[in-house]
Amino acid sequence: MTTTVNPPTPEQQQGIGTRLRHGREAISQRWHDAPRWVRWAALVALIAFFYALPNKEFYQYLGPIPTTGSNFTQVLFTVSIYVLLAVGLNIVVGFAGLLDLGYFGFFAVGAYTVAVLTSPSSNLKTLWPWLLVVPIAIALTMVSGIMLGTPTLRLRGDYLALVTLGFAEMIRIAAVSSDFLKGQRGFNQIPHPPGKYADGKPFFGVLDARPYYWLVLTLIILVVLGVRNLTHSRVGRAWISIREDEDAAQLMGVPTFKFKLWAFASGAAIAGLAGALFAGKQNFVNSQNFELLNSIIILAAVILGGSGNIVGAIVGGGLVAYMIERFRGIELFGTELYEYRFLFFGVVLVVMMIFRPQGIIPNRRRAAEFKDRRKEVIVGE
Amino acid sequence: MLLEIDDVSLLYGRIQALHGISLTVGEGEIVALIGANGAGKSTTMRAISGIRPIATGAIRFEGEDISKLRADLRVRRGLCQAPEGRGIFPGMSVLENLDMGAYTRRDRAGIAQDLNRVLELFPRLAERRKQAGGTLSGGEQQMLAVGRALMSRPKLLLLDEPSMGLAPMLIQQIFTIITEINEQGTTILLVEQNAQQALARAHRAYVLETGRIVKSGTGAELLHDPSVKEAYLGVA
Repeated sequence: MTTTVNPPTPEQQQGIGTRLRHGREAISQRWHDAPRWVRWAALVALIAFFYALPNKEFYQYLGPIPTTGSNFTQVLFTVSIYVLLAVGLNIVVGFAGLLDLGYFGFFAVGAYTVAVLTSPSSNLKTLWPWLLVVPIAIALTMVSGIMLGTPTLRLRGDYLALVTLGFAEMIRIAAVSSDFLKGQRGFNQIPHPPGKYADGKPFFGVLDARPYYWLVLTLIILVVLGVRNLTHSRVGRAWISIREDEDAAQLMGVPTFKFKLWAFASGAAIAGLAGALFAGKQNFVNSQNFELLNSIIILAAVILGGSGNIVGAIVGGGLVAYMIERFRGIELFGTELYEYRFLFFGVVLVVMMIFRPQGIIPNRRRAAEFKDRRKEVIVGE
Repeated sequence: MLLEIDDVSLLYGRIQALHGISLTVGEGEIVALIGANGAGKSTTMRAISGIRPIATGAIRFEGEDISKLRADLRVRRGLCQAPEGRGIFPGMSVLENLDMGAYTRRDRAGIAQDLNRVLELFPRLAERRKQAGGTLSGGEQQMLAVGRALMSRPKLLLLDEPSMGLAPMLIQQIFTIITEINEQGTTILLVEQNAQQALARAHRAYVLETGRIVKSGTGAELLHDPSVKEAYLGVA
């Protein structure tokens, strides 16, 4: 991959922002100029770091990084689930440019599918093992994505955002009020993933969150590899062309509806997987797990990280989920900061959208699109 | 006839934009469609390329009715439009934009050959091949849009206002290239506000007024028609 560093133009105001930008460009340039083996070694080291992270023997030396007010390995699991969700939503929002405001709804479909088919409190009493239900959960979320997308993706504009918003609320309200989905009481004794140590103790237990984190981490790596391949193929080119100019894409012979649906369904499937993992870890699923706020957080994470860039989505999802937990247990002037976590979150979002609308690690193309659109709204530029 | 439009009407909601338009484009021709703002020129193009569904009438391409066909399938049949104005992909480089033009094709050798041809036609694009489309000047974007449409190797090339917003020098240049493309064997349907240039280059032309075709003839005939002169060429 080659990148071109644009020389600074006069319109860019000088200052900290500009210097930061140049600094980042220099780093990205060095990264791309580095020999292949250096990049691989750095990547392997980074992945090894994240596998080692939940071990107390390791993270106790990391200073302020481990959270103080909550179990750090537990937090890492939550963070990893958010990262997986951000990677999935990035396909929909970042690549195909479709605004999905109810992405967490698909997560709920995945989690409830597992709950209904495995838990003894379910009316169905099927009691299937977790591993068997995971593919069913993924397939069902994909189907729900297709069902939702088929009528709405034919339309342009904001319809999709509204419909997805409604969908997530429908799922939540159904979970709260339907007898079949058990409302607040929820489903308990959802089985864990299979696997035993040599001494017969289960690998995936109740107390230790590490195995679940490792499982999600591994799945993130696999999903990222798959998504990367997809985006470098004809499918990816079609998505990007739709995002940049849907009419033009169609005029070039891209079956736009088909590819939008495909993006929507793949994103949904990843959320379904995340939901199934969550249910398998948590052991318990009830209607309180699926607030609308979660959809907004993930969307914000993708945009914050750099929509259209897989690394950006990972960083965004990780950072947002981690920061929210990091506030827990910190007191300042007698107030618990955790209470104000969404205030900080909001401020960060506003500041980011003013100074860096393309996100922390933007997509090269996406940045150019933003510039292009600025020209349309700012008169005289 | 390569393209036959037969009594086509088109609605935007309750507003009727086209009132029973009929026109034909023969193989090897340059046909121009001229008219004022809001006459329905771009709408006609949208109907032909399939971005907008038509209400009544028929569009036939190589004798087959394509009026119900999806836009992307029309491209596969050899009908490609260079959209008006900024229809390029702003975040993709010049080469990636051209590559998107060949989206429906799989013959690598042919694509490479056509890429060379386009870069020869538009040397400016060759200079800027790595640059993002959105950073090109208006004229360069227009050239990119025409070049990208050529990459699909169309039988019929639809050009929507190729001279829009260009300096007089560039207008001259782009019309020279259009003639050249036509001489290399591509049929062209051209929508233009710049009636002078369009009529001078076209074999035949139609004049569109408020969604109706009011006049047709050879380019030379219309160029000397008194009412056309008055209305579109700015000479009484």
